[in-house]
Amino acid sequence: MSGKLLINRRRLLGLGAASALTHLLSGCDWFDGGLGMGDGLRSTLEKANDLTYRMQRLLGGQQALAHEYDESEIRQGQRPNGSTDPQGADYLALKANKFADYKLKITGLVNKEMSFSLADLRSMAARTQITRHDCVEGWSCIAKWTGTQLGPVLDLAGVKPEARYCLYHCYDTMDDGSLSGPTPYYETSDLLDAHHPQTILAYGMNNADLPVANGAPIRVRIERALGYKQPKYVHTIELVDQFANVGGGRGGYWEDNGYDWYGGI
Amino acid sequence: MTTETQETVLPVAVKRKGPLIYRQSIFTRLTHWVWVICLFFLLASGLNIFNAHPTLYIGQQSAFPDLQTNGQHLDNAWLEIGAVNTDNGPRGQTTLLGHTFDTTGVLGTSGDPANPDFRGFPASVTVPSYYDLGTSRVVHFFFAWILVATLLVWLVASVLNRHIADIPPTPRDLRHLPRDILDHLRLKFEHGRKYNVLQKLAYSAVFFILFPLIILTGLTMSPGMDTAWPWLLELFGGRQTARSIHFLTMSALVAFFVIHIIMVVLAGPINEIRQMITGRYRAGPDVPFDRSKGDKP
Repeated sequence: MSGKLLINRRRLLGLGAASALTHLLSGCDWFDGGLGMGDGLRSTLEKANDLTYRMQRLLGGQQALAHEYDESEIRQGQRPNGSTDPQGADYLALKANKFADYKLKITGLVNKEMSFSLADLRSMAARTQITRHDCVEGWSCIAKWTGTQLGPVLDLAGVKPEARYCLYHCYDTMDDGSLSGPTPYYETSDLLDAHHPQTILAYGMNNADLPVANGAPIRVRIERALGYKQPKYVHTIELVDQFANVGGGRGGYWEDNGYDWYGGI
Repeated sequence: MTTETQETVLPVAVKRKGPLIYRQSIFTRLTHWVWVICLFFLLASGLNIFNAHPTLYIGQQSAFPDLQTNGQHLDNAWLEIGAVNTDNGPRGQTTLLGHTFDTTGVLGTSGDPANPDFRGFPASVTVPSYYDLGTSRVVHFFFAWILVATLLVWLVASVLNRHIADIPPTPRDLRHLPRDILDHLRLKFEHGRKYNVLQKLAYSAVFFILFPLIILTGLTMSPGMDTAWPWLLELFGGRQTARSIHFLTMSALVAFFVIHIIMVVLAGPINEIRQMITGRYRAGPDVPFDRSKGDKP
């Protein structure tokens, strides 16, 4: 009697295990299906990214510096990624004239909207740093970046107290071949990163002018963040109190495509 | 005569049972199953993240030969998964420490052989199954937080209920190591109140080496954390070395998982799984019954 029962129980366990396995596999499909942008499951999981942002700000203090490397650690050129040769008419015209007509505009929630030519930016105090560029894909590259700190530039325009983010508008576009047409690249950062001592408007790289492939004439370096948070070909920095009304509303081109806004990990 | 034979045979024929002991606290059991879920999703999403750049390096940065000029020479990759075009169509290829292997169908190329996917690890082992770096990161960081939080719960509970002392092997345990290895090889397993020395070594490796390593190397890949905790880069010798160690530690955890499951099956799966659900474990017949420890017959 008990022997029979045991076999039945074993068989039951076997059946249970088999059905658990099928459920697990179909569970993966269910999981796949819940991960689209705006899905409830995804939104829940994404809350962990807010926690990461808060925790890193807590641990990193306000203005801790990213590691700066020795000259000898520049072992190769800086790998270009994403846009490497913008084709917009306005950009091509500037490039044809070696960016002599370029203006960086500071707009939005500032006391005085301002614009800076490349010569203006070059005449301001320069900062050079050899840092590691970390791509969200996993690779890293060390290069020397020269530019002027963003903080003092923002101070000249006078950031209004209600401003919370810098919104970086860029010349390059993504998805050029898509049905919906080209999407302008844009990014946002908080004002802590904007005022970080290593956050520079870079116009030079590895002892030369910043190449087009790496973001000429101006690329913003935000050294505590991943590469996609460091916009190239920047033409306007707009001070905003929110970014829900911009692009896909998530604070950047890649963010609108499912990447986390705080690209610090 | 008959009575005598019966008397001598009976004790041998009846299989004596040891006591049903209470072996795993609710904290150990709950955290164990949360880790099962976490590690499953961390592995599957992590392999998808790896697929974004399926090459591992030693040092701070990643070598890109086409960016090297004027005698610059950086060649620090040790594992590279990719695909090559051949006369017979695309082939998956894996290069490990300079040795190249054909890994068509598994690594580099996978899926439908007529129209293969070009990806490091195949869709069958990644979450989501399709390649999507942004989404894999969402999944990975969510479960990373749950893993760390439950590890803290386990650590506090295990210090308070002294379970933590069950894990590191004592010098006395280590003297039994050769015998314990022989017993395991003969598939003779001890079912005592405490873990045997090989169990202790395995669990110690997981809790005190692999978990801290995988968490810290994960953090070292974060430019934000490298700024907050600059010692991370020094400890692991660079972001790319940390990424390599993260991958190797993952491999060690997968090896642990495989051995763990084999041991559960060999040592008596029902008893072992019951212990991780109800906390009760049928000890071996040599374990004396002790009511004061809450033993049941």
